[in-house]
Amino acid sequence: MSLSIPQNKQSGIGEVLWVRIALIITGMLFLGAVIGLPLAAVFTEALRKGLDAYVASIIEPDALSAIRLTLLVAAIAVPLNIVFGIAASWAITKFEFTGKRLLITLIDLPFSVSPVISGLIYALMFGAQSLLGSWLLEHDIQILFAVPALVIATIFVTFPFVARELIPLMEEQGTEEEEAAILLGASGWRTFVSITLPNIRWGLLYGVLLCNARAMGEFGAVSVVSGHIKGETNTIPLQVEILYNEYNFVAAFSVASILTLLAVVTLLLKRVVEKYGAKTKKITT
Amino acid sequence: MGISAKNICKRYKEFVALDNVSLDVKSGELVALLGPSGSGKTSLLRIISGLDFPDSGSVEFDGAEARTNDQDRHVGFVFQHYALFKHMTVFENIAFGLRVRNKKYRPTEFAIRRKVVKLLSLVHLEAFWDRYPSQLSGGQRQRVALARALAVEPQVLLLDEPFGALDAKVRKELRRWMRKLHNDMHITSIFVTHDQEEAMEVADRVVVMNSSRIEQVGTPEDVYHVPANAFVYDFMGNYNEFDGWKDRDGRIHIAETDVMDSADEVASNEEAETEALLLPEKKRILRMPDGAKAIKLYARPHEMLVSRSPLEDDGIQVKVIHINPAGPLVKMELESNSNRVLQAEVPKSVLDKLTIKRDDILFVRPKVTRIFE
Repeated sequence: MSLSIPQNKQSGIGEVLWVRIALIITGMLFLGAVIGLPLAAVFTEALRKGLDAYVASIIEPDALSAIRLTLLVAAIAVPLNIVFGIAASWAITKFEFTGKRLLITLIDLPFSVSPVISGLIYALMFGAQSLLGSWLLEHDIQILFAVPALVIATIFVTFPFVARELIPLMEEQGTEEEEAAILLGASGWRTFVSITLPNIRWGLLYGVLLCNARAMGEFGAVSVVSGHIKGETNTIPLQVEILYNEYNFVAAFSVASILTLLAVVTLLLKRVVEKYGAKTKKITT
Repeated sequence: MGISAKNICKRYKEFVALDNVSLDVKSGELVALLGPSGSGKTSLLRIISGLDFPDSGSVEFDGAEARTNDQDRHVGFVFQHYALFKHMTVFENIAFGLRVRNKKYRPTEFAIRRKVVKLLSLVHLEAFWDRYPSQLSGGQRQRVALARALAVEPQVLLLDEPFGALDAKVRKELRRWMRKLHNDMHITSIFVTHDQEEAMEVADRVVVMNSSRIEQVGTPEDVYHVPANAFVYDFMGNYNEFDGWKDRDGRIHIAETDVMDSADEVASNEEAETEALLLPEKKRILRMPDGAKAIKLYARPHEMLVSRSPLEDDGIQVKVIHINPAGPLVKMELESNSNRVLQAEVPKSVLDKLTIKRDDILFVRPKVTRIFE
């Protein structure tokens, strides 16, 4: 066995050893420079004046309010996008209807439009100059520069994640299992819960994680509709920007480190999901 | 339960899947829907099951219009690719139909288990109850699918190409087993297949479908021996086709036999063809007299008479191009001088007696021919 290994490395589609090493080193260096260094910089900058200063800038009321708001916005936007994503991919993959292509294109829209533009659209829509805006003003409903606008903008920017993840998956699975369940007497809801959902659970979880990461980190669209009221309508990314512009670097990086940590946790979860998803897939197919 | 489909029409956009199809299935019957792919057989099955709706026409169960609600149809459906629930064990797959019942009609856990165990033994899978579908072979999966369909005690069992994805040996086994199962349980059953042998072997009655219509309904014997038209004849097995004509007295002639009566006239195949076109009076191809009617004649390979010496009447001279000696009948591919490939099946004893080898020159003639006008 051990004798045949060097031979294998030379033959077939395998590259020569030094080429592979060079490729790996290039990849590692690039990743280190572009991702690793900045990541390290965030934490070193945050901890530059010691742990006390770090903790102090995080428990500062405006920072806490930003964290709370970010979590609130994500807690509303993500579940709504789960519902929307499942409904849309269900409709697209299990039924034939007119306007199906249009729906698929629309789902991709937030990916192709700059987030700032999407924020601007809402700002114009709910702004005092617009018809809807003046009606809202008359009835004393606050949307723009308040939590509702943040939620709406975040939903818009993050709605493709779940649907994009589920559509190819559900397409591949087809409708036979659902048909079998219906013919065995299961109701539509029962079929969804005990047949469809288990089949898509790993893909769904993956989509939710990506959606959540983006919902928490979104800057552009949220920035336009937020109004930047400290302690009220600032999410974590907006708070970071304000602190940075005020030359309050330790505080800026401390708050940024929270977001970074959230991203790292998301990535780790994503790894776990991929691993378990792959494992169950091996068993089930 | 008797099934009656009346004047069913179904289109998918431009494609007409079913064109005014009517079919009656008696209670307890086992019927095969036989046809090439795209003939509409699966569409008909899905409409009967309630999975699809016809554009017009109706489906009646025991004379009453079938309820549109699938769940009340009491239909068991077996899919070609099994459609087992991947994330459930064999046991849970079979139990599913009982577990999802309305509380009022749901059996107790004990009754469900007893029922599933009974079905597991019926499909000979007792030892596999805790496996997942991915851990089973194709034949085992299909048996689970069948047990799952039977668990809800359907009054109608519908099977869509149930053995289509299985290899030949397993398919044969399951066919026999299904026949036996039907004899024991007498559930009205319809199964879709494109394999005429399967239809012949399993079904009480065969429904031959082609391009969205039913061509013939009959017992396997009828369909094979008294085919309604050329399509059914074609679909039931291999055949040879001959050009010919019917003269004014109603007598049938095969065109090619007249040409080939003297072998030395034909130098080579290619030459023969061009010459035949140029000099019809010499080669006498399609020497059809005025007033006669051109027809096509058909004969099965085993209906061919094979001889080493020229036949006194109507013999076609052929060259042996392939011999397949597997089985009780030896299958031969023969090529006539006009490059027409004919098939003949003769008992092994005949082959040995005539000592036929590849490239030999033989004379053949159909013993019987069929005409569809």
